Parts: sequence; C-alpha cells; structure tokens
Amino acid sequence: MDILHYLILSALLFTIGTIGVILKRNVISIFLCIELMLNAVNLSFVAFSSYLNQVHGQIFVFFVMVVAAAEAAVGLAITIVLHRNRNTLNVDDADIMKW
Amino acid sequence: MIDYLWIIPLLPLAGSAINGLLGKRLPKTVISIIACGTAGFAFLIAIGAVMDLIRLAPGERHIVRYFFTWIASGDFVAKAEFLLDPLSAVMLLVVTGVGFIIHVYSIGYMHAEDGYYRFFSYMNLFLFSMLILILSDNFLLMFVGWEGVGLCSYLLIGYYFDRRSAGDAGKKAFVVNRIGDVGFVLGIFLIFVTFNSLDFGEVFRQIAAGEVRFPVETGVGTLTAIGLLLFVGATGKSAQIPLHVWLPDAMEGPTPVSALIHAATMVTAGVYMVVRCSPIFSRATVALEVVTVIGIVTALFAATIGLVQTDIKRVLAYSTISQLGYMFAAAGVGAFSAGIFHLMTHAFFKALLFLGAGSAIHALGGEQDLMRMGGLRKYTLVTHSTMFTAALAISGIFPFAGFFSKDAILWSAWANGHPLVWLAGLLTAGLTAFYMFRLIFLAFYGKERFSAEARHHLHESPPSMTVPLMVLATLSIVGGFVGLPAWLEMGPNQFFEFLEPSLALAYHPEHAELSHNVEMGFAGISVLVAIIGISIAYWLYVVRPGSAEALAERMRGLYKLLLRKYYVDEIYDAALVNPTVTGSRETLWNGIDVGVVDGAVNGIGRAIHASAGVLKNVQNGLVRSYAAWILLGAVAVLFYIYMLR
Repeated sequence: MDILHYLILSALLFTIGTIGVILKRNVISIFLCIELMLNAVNLSFVAFSSYLNQVHGQIFVFFVMVVAAAEAAVGLAITIVLHRNRNTLNVDDADIMKW
Repeated sequence: MIDYLWIIPLLPLAGSAINGLLGKRLPKTVISIIACGTAGFAFLIAIGAVMDLIRLAPGERHIVRYFFTWIASGDFVAKAEFLLDPLSAVMLLVVTGVGFIIHVYSIGYMHAEDGYYRFFSYMNLFLFSMLILILSDNFLLMFVGWEGVGLCSYLLIGYYFDRRSAGDAGKKAFVVNRIGDVGFVLGIFLIFVTFNSLDFGEVFRQIAAGEVRFPVETGVGTLTAIGLLLFVGATGKSAQIPLHVWLPDAMEGPTPVSALIHAATMVTAGVYMVVRCSPIFSRATVALEVVTVIGIVTALFAATIGLVQTDIKRVLAYSTISQLGYMFAAAGVGAFSAGIFHLMTHAFFKALLFLGAGSAIHALGGEQDLMRMGGLRKYTLVTHSTMFTAALAISGIFPFAGFFSKDAILWSAWANGHPLVWLAGLLTAGLTAFYMFRLIFLAFYGKERFSAEARHHLHESPPSMTVPLMVLATLSIVGGFVGLPAWLEMGPNQFFEFLEPSLALAYHPEHAELSHNVEMGFAGISVLVAIIGISIAYWLYVVRPGSAEALAERMRGLYKLLLRKYYVDEIYDAALVNPTVTGSRETLWNGIDVGVVDGAVNGIGRAIHASAGVLKNVQNGLVRSYAAWILLGAVAVLFYIYMLR
C-alpha cells in the first residue's frame, strides 16, 4: 500500500478531531476528539516509520501515548471537578476566566 | 597685617555660619556680639593691612596673596588669590567700616523684629561676599563675590517675606540682576578666549603691553566688546538705565539693608568693576562713551524722578541711582579716581541718609510717607542734625565730603572735553540739592502731619542707632579732606595720588592743563547751583508751604510723568513681562505642555485603551473559541511557511 493512503486517512482523522474539538460542547466529546487527533498523528508516525524503514517514528508514538495517558488522567480529573462544582459538562458554561 | 588678609572675609563668614546655624537658640545679645564683633574685627584687620600697604613705596603697593588653586583644567587655572592695592584698599575700608557701623545701627533698628538671627546671618554673609568681590585677583573669583552679594541682596530685600510686595521686589531684583550677569559672564568668557587668562595682572599686562593686536581702539573691536559686556553687568548691579528698575523696589527690605547694600556698597560694585578694568575701558573708546552717556543720563533721569516721590526711602533710592550715574560718568570721562572718590564719600553720606531716614521711620512707628511727617526736628535732634549734614554733603556744599568728590567729577568732565556731561552733571547737582532738601524740609520742618497715635510714642532712637549716625556725619564732613583738590594750593590731590598705582595701566589721553583759577571758578559755579536748589526747596516747602502742590497742579502732565517714573515699569510690563507671562501661559502651558506633552502621553494611553477594548474580546473564556484561534494561528504559520517562503 502506498504511504499516501495512510496519510490521507491520518489527515481525515485529524480533521474530524479538530472539527469535533471546535464544534462539540460536551467535555467528554472534546476529550475524545483530542484523542482522535493524537492518534491520527500516531498513524502518520508509524506509516513514515515503516516507509522510511526507521524506528524513530515508533518511538515517538510511545511518547505520544504517554502524553495522552497523562492528559487523560488530568483531563478526566478536571471534568469530574467541573461536574461537581458546576453540575454541567458543557464547556461553554465554564467561561468566567476572561477579561 | 597684610599676612592676615585672608581672615578679613572669613570672619564675617564665620559669623554668618554661627548665627545662621545656631542663632535660633542664642539670645539676641550674643547674636549681636557675634555679628558686630566679626564685622568690627574685620574692619580693624583691614585698617592694619591698609596701613602696611601705605608704608610701602607707591610703586610696590600691589600685594597678591595666593591661597590655593581653585580650578585647574588644562590651560585654564583659577586661583583663590587676593589682591591688595590702593583701589581695593579704599573699597576694603569703606565696606568693612561702613558695614560695621551699619551692623551696630541694626542692633537698635531690628531689636523688635522676628528672625533677628536670620537678618544678621545674611548681613554677615553679604560682607563676606562683598569682600571676596573687592579682594579677588581674577575675574572668576570676582564673579563669585558678585553673585554672592546678589544672593544676599535678594534674601534681604525679601526679609519680610510674609509681605507679598517684599517677595516680588526680591524676585524683581534677582531677575534684573541676572540679565546684567549674562553680560558679565559673556565678558569673562571673551576675556579668557582673548587673553587665555582671567588674572587681572596678566590680562591688564597684555593689554598695556599691546601684545594682543590692538592699540588704542577707535572703532569696534574685541576690547570694545569686552568693555560693553562688562558694562552690561555693571548696569545690572549698579542700577543704571535700562536695568535700574529693581533698586527703588528694593526699598522693601529693612532700612539698614537699604543703607548697606543698596546705597553704600553692593550697588557700587559696578563702578568698582569698571574702575578695576580701567586698562580695558580706557582703550575701548566706544565702550567708554557708552559708560559716560548711560551714566550721565541715568544721573539726570533718576534725579528728576526723585523730585516728586513721597516715600522717603524711594527718594533716597532714586538719589542713589542718580549718584551712581555720576560715578559712571566720571569713569566714562576718564576720571576713574574721581569716580572712586565719589563712591567713597557717597558711601558715607548716603548710608547716613538711609540710616537717618530709618531713624525717622522708627520714631514714627513705621511711617515712610513724607506727606505724613513734618516737624520732626523738635523730637529727633540727632537724627535731624546728622541728616542735615548728609544733605549738605550730597548737595555738594563746601567743605562737606560731597563737594570735593562731585566737584572732581564735574571738573574732570569739563577738563577732559565733555562740556555736555558737565552741564548735565551741573543740572543734576542742582536737582539733587533740591530734592534732598525737599526731603529734609518735609520730614523735619513745617507742620506736624503725622497722626496723634504716632505722636504718642514719638521718640529719638536709642544710642546704638544715633552713635552710628554721628560717626557717619563726622565722616560726611571730613571724608572729603583726603582728596583736597589741587586748586587749594596745598599740593596735588592726595587721594588721586594714592590711587594712581592701581590706574597705572590705564590709557591716559593728553589734556590741556587749565589754570587753578578756572577750576576754582567751576567749583564756585557748582556750589552756587546747589545753593539755588536748596533755596528753591526752602521757598516751596518752608516759606510758602502748599505752593509745591500748586506748582504740581500747574504742570500736571510733567508731574504725573515724574511721579510714575517715566512709565518705565509700565513699559517693561507691557513689552517684556506681560508677553512673557501670556506667552508662557497660552503657548507654553496651554499650548505645548497641555497640548503636545500631555497630549502625547494621554494619547498613547487612550490608543492602548481603545485597541485593548477591541482585542479583549478575543479572551472570552470560551475554550472552543481558543481552540479555533489556535487552529487559525497554526494554519497561518503553515500558510506562511509553505506558500510565502
């Protein structure tokens, strides 16, 4: 298979994730969309790794996974606190940090 | 005693420091002893030093004492050096002597005033500055003293600082003097550029030896420029036209200040400076002519104003301006020693007139208006008799001090070929005699015009005031005998002989020798004119009181013109003061400061505020919008990297 197919799929996934981050209101949905973006990038990393016959890309994928895990831990904790305090999961309701 | 020359100025400085720093806690007796003691000891040492000087041969009477190098920068060296020669010796004795007498007088005059210590601290500081001025051996040190006396003058004019008019008068004196000082400083710069030195000895030697390219200048040249610039300084300090306006207002200060600073010593500093620079002036013909014209015009001009003033101190102030004009005219016609002679005698009788006026004011509890005096003769015997003496002296009646000095000036004017100056001087002498006796007659003769309340505590002044009056009266009588004119057939004029070494480097033009009989005749004419002036005053104010008012009514326009002092203050207000004030307020303040400076600062603030008002909407707290902005930014960066580079 040509690398181009992987990259197109990766770009599609990344775009879907980006649109989801911007358009979705639910915290959990945004969170999932961010995961989608990260994994779209992971996909292109491994595709390039295989294509270039180098291991760097695969190592980067592990780094991204670690970061994603940490982000999931912090993000879900924030989500829980948000729900406890505001009784909502809508990000638009958490907008007091402004001018 | 010459070795102790440095102590003379330091004594008053020490007195000033002690009284200024500790005076608030000291009793008045101690303050008086410190102030008068330092002045008195300075006088004694000055006498000793001058005695030593006289013991030397005339050619060697030029003592320079070096103390330390004040500034040394490349070629430029300013030394702290004192010069004692006949000229500074005369000034030294006048300043310390008259200064001491006036200090003693002040004890009585100022005894009830607040800030007694402040007054004496300033007076001592003034003596110090004045001594630096006259003893300095270079232009820079002279300028230090010059500014020092200006400062003390300002402080003492504004002594009653709770009175607005006193504060204004102080500021006026200060500002007008600064205008003159600009000329003086420029003159000093020009001297340094031309001669590469500021020492009197070196500068005058170069001029006299003709080393610096100019012989006697007939037109405009460097020496003329130097002379004119120095003279600008002298007009400021010595209150000559057009910078005379500060001196009458300076009468806001206490009377002893008027006597010491604004009559006897400081205002004569300009004359001293011109005479000291006689090697420059005598070779700069144009500058010398300017000195003559300004001097004699000032003399006549101020004398006419003095005719109609009713404030006793203002009459004396205009008289001072007029007499200073005489001295400048003397220097201008080349009779430098006659100018200094008049400076000395004038210091005696004008200080006496001021102190006497102060005594009369004191007796009446602060009344200065001549129209509310009258008949004081019966109550203040000493004041009256001493002031009468001084009036005779200033009028130039033989054999009082003023006769000899004034006659020397008038005679020099005629003999050196300035008949117009002589005529104007003669006219001024007549006017002087008139206004001075007008003052005497109005204050001491005729009906008593003061209030019943004033009569109640009318008293002769205490001895600390009357004794100085008597001492000065004695000096006003005998002071002229040091310079008996040659026509008395008692040998040459001793005073002029004494001053001769100081003027040796001046350029002396040749003049025809006129016989002594002619000179005696001219002396007779000036005495006659003075007697006419006195007689008119006697007629108008004693024989026919009230006729002066009738005369004023008949010549209303002229009277008003004189009373308003030729409208000089009004002209200055209209031409200089108001445009400056209005221009500052409308253009500099409301225009440039408020408009441009404040406008720029506020404008920047307002611009930031406005742009922030737009940009703050970006930070709306909505996470999704932030995400969108990040996306937009990333796209923009990528677009730039891949499309535009």
